[in-house]
Amino acid sequence: MNQEKTKTEPENDSRREFMMNMSLGLGGLAAIAVSIPVAGALLAPLLEDKPEVWRAVGSAENFPIGSTQLVKFENADPKAWAGTTAHTAAWLRRESTDKFIAFSANCTHLGCPVRWEAEAKLFMCPCHGGVYYHDGSVAAGPPPIALRQYAVRVADGQVQIGTAPIPITNFSDGQKT
Amino acid sequence: MSLLRKIANWFDDRTGFSETILPVMRHPVPPGAKWAYVFGSATLFCFVLQVVTGVGLSLLYQPSSDSAFQSLQFITSQAAFGKVLRGIHFFGASGMIILVGIHMIRVYITASYKYPREMSWISGVFLLFLTIAMGFTGQLLRWDSNGVWSSVVAAQNLGRVPLIGTALARLLLGGDTIGAQSLSRFFSFHVFLFPALIFLFVGFHLYLVIRNGISEPPKAGRLVDPKTYRKWYDDMLKREGVPFWPNAAWRDALFSSLVILAIVGFAILIGPPPLTQPPDPSIINTSPEPDWYMLPIFALFALLPPATESYLIFFGPIVGVLALLVLPFISNRGERSPIRRPWAVFGVVCVVVAVGSLLYIGNRAPWSPQFETKPLAQSVRFRDPKLERGASLFYKKGCQYCHRIDGHGGITGPELSRIGRTWNPDQLKVQIVNGSDEMPAYGGMLTKAELNDLVTFLSSRK
Repeated sequence: MNQEKTKTEPENDSRREFMMNMSLGLGGLAAIAVSIPVAGALLAPLLEDKPEVWRAVGSAENFPIGSTQLVKFENADPKAWAGTTAHTAAWLRRESTDKFIAFSANCTHLGCPVRWEAEAKLFMCPCHGGVYYHDGSVAAGPPPIALRQYAVRVADGQVQIGTAPIPITNFSDGQKT
Repeated sequence: MSLLRKIANWFDDRTGFSETILPVMRHPVPPGAKWAYVFGSATLFCFVLQVVTGVGLSLLYQPSSDSAFQSLQFITSQAAFGKVLRGIHFFGASGMIILVGIHMIRVYITASYKYPREMSWISGVFLLFLTIAMGFTGQLLRWDSNGVWSSVVAAQNLGRVPLIGTALARLLLGGDTIGAQSLSRFFSFHVFLFPALIFLFVGFHLYLVIRNGISEPPKAGRLVDPKTYRKWYDDMLKREGVPFWPNAAWRDALFSSLVILAIVGFAILIGPPPLTQPPDPSIINTSPEPDWYMLPIFALFALLPPATESYLIFFGPIVGVLALLVLPFISNRGERSPIRRPWAVFGVVCVVVAVGSLLYIGNRAPWSPQFETKPLAQSVRFRDPKLERGASLFYKKGCQYCHRIDGHGGITGPELSRIGRTWNPDQLKVQIVNGSDEMPAYGGMLTKAELNDLVTFLSSRK
């Protein structure tokens, strides 16, 4: 009986090996097939294309020259279930009749919301004490770079702000070269 | 034979419970393993508590960016026992983080990570970081303004990773900005992904306890030698081992029960952390502050010199994780007793003191300007109008947010109650006009008269 077994073994082995490889291969294929849409859901934020949109924040005469005001507008791509989280705020200043600047409200240190102190003419961050001058440059504290700005334009008497991603401070930002 | 016993026998015969599970429950453990060994199991019980209360909360919670905050308000103020449920989940998280820390310190001090328990340590390191990740994502799920801004802060931290930083930040937030997708992601991580990984690693961690046995209490001079350890351990267990259930397990059960009762007590007496403002990113009058277990990290980022910050945010965690992972390989044999490993004990003391100090200072947050301080001129009467003008400028120009006078104001900068004693008017003027790294230069923002009033006021503080 032993002899018989050894005789048939090579044939059985190669057959078993083939079946084994096939099941492993098919299993791998199934795993990949399932992984792609799951990875797609995970990576979706990188794959979606979000164009810049202009959002009106009020008519130009609402903003006296020299004033700095908080303006609120909607993101580029608000989903129905975003609710109030689709809002963004920016600090809008009217420099002259036709010149506006919009500062991001995100501190460049770790993203906390900076507030404009009108009397002191400073932007101040509540988290780690970052302070910026009225032009957005760093006045004190840990921020590595100046406040970012949004694009602003005036169209039909309306001040419009160009939506933009939350500014992310990168590794090399603020490193002295 | 009673009917109950018949049913039990039938069940045992068909499931094999007493054949397979019972021997595992009764596996022999070293006899001296006493109260020092309860922290791992208490962590596990806290995790079970988190799963149970988490299921409870999920019955009431709306995982949507739009309505999560309202459902939190509902849970806290209306739902039956909702407030206590939230409280238990919060203090359960706190307990889990504290216990995971104590468990890790115990394992390190008694060098239980040495041969053959390297994989127990490594899986434990993963569980530590998963626990912290659960704490952080759980805090975000409160989805008040704290949650929203904390997720922005986390995104900014990821943003410091070279090359792929911005992409990682976008992946965390679920898009370019906070929005509809942000909360769904945190919910998925906190409720599905991380718990699944914790179950996986906990299962592995426990399996390793059965496979390698718990480490015997160390004895000075008894060295671990990989060549002989397993045989010595097995012989020792055969000689003097006691069954885990019930000889050792009662301590785990007792301690864990006390921990859970304490958590419920805290939940009833103190309650869950209050909700802050709604999750509207355009509400900017908010001071994001993480839950206590993230405060040490928050404090570290405030205290780091800005020039080194990017390096520390990026390399710090990498070096930390790698150091923890390689520990059982660079220190694999030899002495286990803390008495013979003074540097290990000293290192633990240093880490505990450092984290404790960061927690203390993070709670005090001296770097945060105090926006809610009331104008000095309101509570102090000044006879000299010049002094009064100076005092009101001191508030209006933001000085008082960071400097304290007579108990009013922030503590970011030096206290100025008696500044007139040591600084003359010229020195004050130079400092105010030019500022420093920590203070804005006010030169361009003050008129000459304002500067004079401010200096006169400060000089009068004697």
